[in-house]
Amino acid sequence: MRTIWMSVLASALLVACAGSPPEEQAGAAVEDRKPGAVVNPGAQTNPLPGGQVARVDLTQGKPPAGYSVLKDPKSILSKRSVYFDLDSFTINDEFKPLVEAHAKYLRENTGAKVLIQGNTDERGSREYNLALGQKRSDAMKRMLILLGAKEEQVESVSLGEEKPKAQGSTDEAYAENRRDDILYGGEY
Amino acid sequence: MRWFYLLALAAAAFATAASAQLSIEITGGGANRLPIAIVPFAGEGAIQPGIAAIVRADLERSGLFRAIEPPPLVPAPTEASAVNFPEWRSRLADALVLGSVAVLPDGRFEVRFRVFDVVKQAALGGVAYTLSRNQVRATAHRISDYIYEKLTGEKGVFSTRIAYVVKRGPRYELQIADADGAGEETALASLEPIISPAWSPDGRRLAYVSFEQKKPVVYVHSLQSGQRQVAANFKGSNSAPAWAPDGSRLAVALSREGGSQIFSVNADGSAVRRLMSSSGIDTEPVFSPDGQFIYFTSDRGGSPQIYRMPATGGDAQRVTFEGTYNVSARISPDGKNLAYISRTSGKFQVAMLDLSTKQVQVLTDSDKDESPSFSPNGRMILLATVLGGRGVLSAVSADGRVKQRLTVSSGDVREPAWGPFVRE
Repeated sequence: MRTIWMSVLASALLVACAGSPPEEQAGAAVEDRKPGAVVNPGAQTNPLPGGQVARVDLTQGKPPAGYSVLKDPKSILSKRSVYFDLDSFTINDEFKPLVEAHAKYLRENTGAKVLIQGNTDERGSREYNLALGQKRSDAMKRMLILLGAKEEQVESVSLGEEKPKAQGSTDEAYAENRRDDILYGGEY
Repeated sequence: MRWFYLLALAAAAFATAASAQLSIEITGGGANRLPIAIVPFAGEGAIQPGIAAIVRADLERSGLFRAIEPPPLVPAPTEASAVNFPEWRSRLADALVLGSVAVLPDGRFEVRFRVFDVVKQAALGGVAYTLSRNQVRATAHRISDYIYEKLTGEKGVFSTRIAYVVKRGPRYELQIADADGAGEETALASLEPIISPAWSPDGRRLAYVSFEQKKPVVYVHSLQSGQRQVAANFKGSNSAPAWAPDGSRLAVALSREGGSQIFSVNADGSAVRRLMSSSGIDTEPVFSPDGQFIYFTSDRGGSPQIYRMPATGGDAQRVTFEGTYNVSARISPDGKNLAYISRTSGKFQVAMLDLSTKQVQVLTDSDKDESPSFSPNGRMILLATVLGGRGVLSAVSADGRVKQRLTVSSGDVREPAWGPFVRE
């Protein structure tokens, strides 16, 4: 039993800092652990035939603390920004898969909540831009709800021109700032 | 010929946060400025920085006066001295101010002064003020107000205050300063944006929008106590506060029912009531001085324009027709003119609409103007603009002739709001 836990920890260390010798650091920490305790909740651990390296599989089961599919760069859910054309408040086709993925996540995780922040470029009145940014976040909210998210899961707000992602007064900066961002509960 | 407001700069030496000091530069003057001689007050050396220099700077900054350098006079004349009118006439002064400062037994000071019409060879009036050492600037501004009113017939605004936001790096500060930019104090410092400050009619509170909760929320902030109260924090965005003239409630733009729509709310956040429904954007409400109407920005006609509706809600009438982008309306204190931001060939400028003749005049030659704000006597309009990539404040007279620029030595200044007349 003890060797299993050692190997689990060793493999975790291998993942964390590949190349460092696992044996030296592995010994001390495992003593306190009760057999059967879960080291990585949600990760399935199986001893390899050789008994030296355990497999930590994060793709299966409930994700452990610290991991979130919402932040996994391989998941479309980690993509959180939708960009708008000049004077436009409709979500372009290229961003529809992104919005659909978030709507699906909200459908499947009814406790999850999102804040949609609409943004504009810097030109014109701050308050009018705030209202234009609201139009953008409302467009996203409508689409999420149309795709099955619940009203109480989605709040659409506007930051107007106040929190530009790109500084400067170029067309490129303006385009970068005509944007909706999706933030999940705990991220703001 | 550019003329720096040296006193504001000198005062910076006394301010702890000298870099936040606004300095004012006059960039255009009125056509017919009244020549006035303001003689250093006898004994004013006892109260630095003195009275006469502040009064002179105030009056010159208004664009309506031209200060005449008085000759060195020994002994210094006082308000009680006999005036040699032909002598002052020969120096081309139309008006003359004489005064004195005396130390009182309790350590305070007394300032006395008199205003003379040199042409008519007559005294127009005078006042005495008692003050402590920390009231020198405030007293000088009150004297300026008195002289201004005697000579122009309208109330002066030298004792009023302005609010504005300074952004320096990641830091936002809502500041309050005298109308001449001196004596700035920070009412709120935040790492998130602050916009749309609006003075309560009594000048004791500011409503504004803060993003400290990662979304726009309207607060009402009591300046003396620093106490803050949430006036509107509903689901969605809360913004664009405007005080009703009686100070009882605010008009705000809320998105809680979808879109940006205008609501009425009490300053403590109670009694929320939707004033109107439209399918588009309604925002930037502002009350007419008589409280009867709300002017606001709406894109219901396809482009943002200024509209007007009864303050209790009801049908809206379109007010602006020229151009495709007219926003940020402010009504002059007499209710006769509308200042707003108009976009013409990519330039955002302050325009003035005469509500009775429908004549429009563009007042500025800058191109990124925002947030116009009338001085309480209606003569000047304070605004935000961009100069050399930096946010600065600027002021222009209602006739477009007098122009001033207000800058801080570092950072961006934006979102100005000119406060009301100070009540005694």
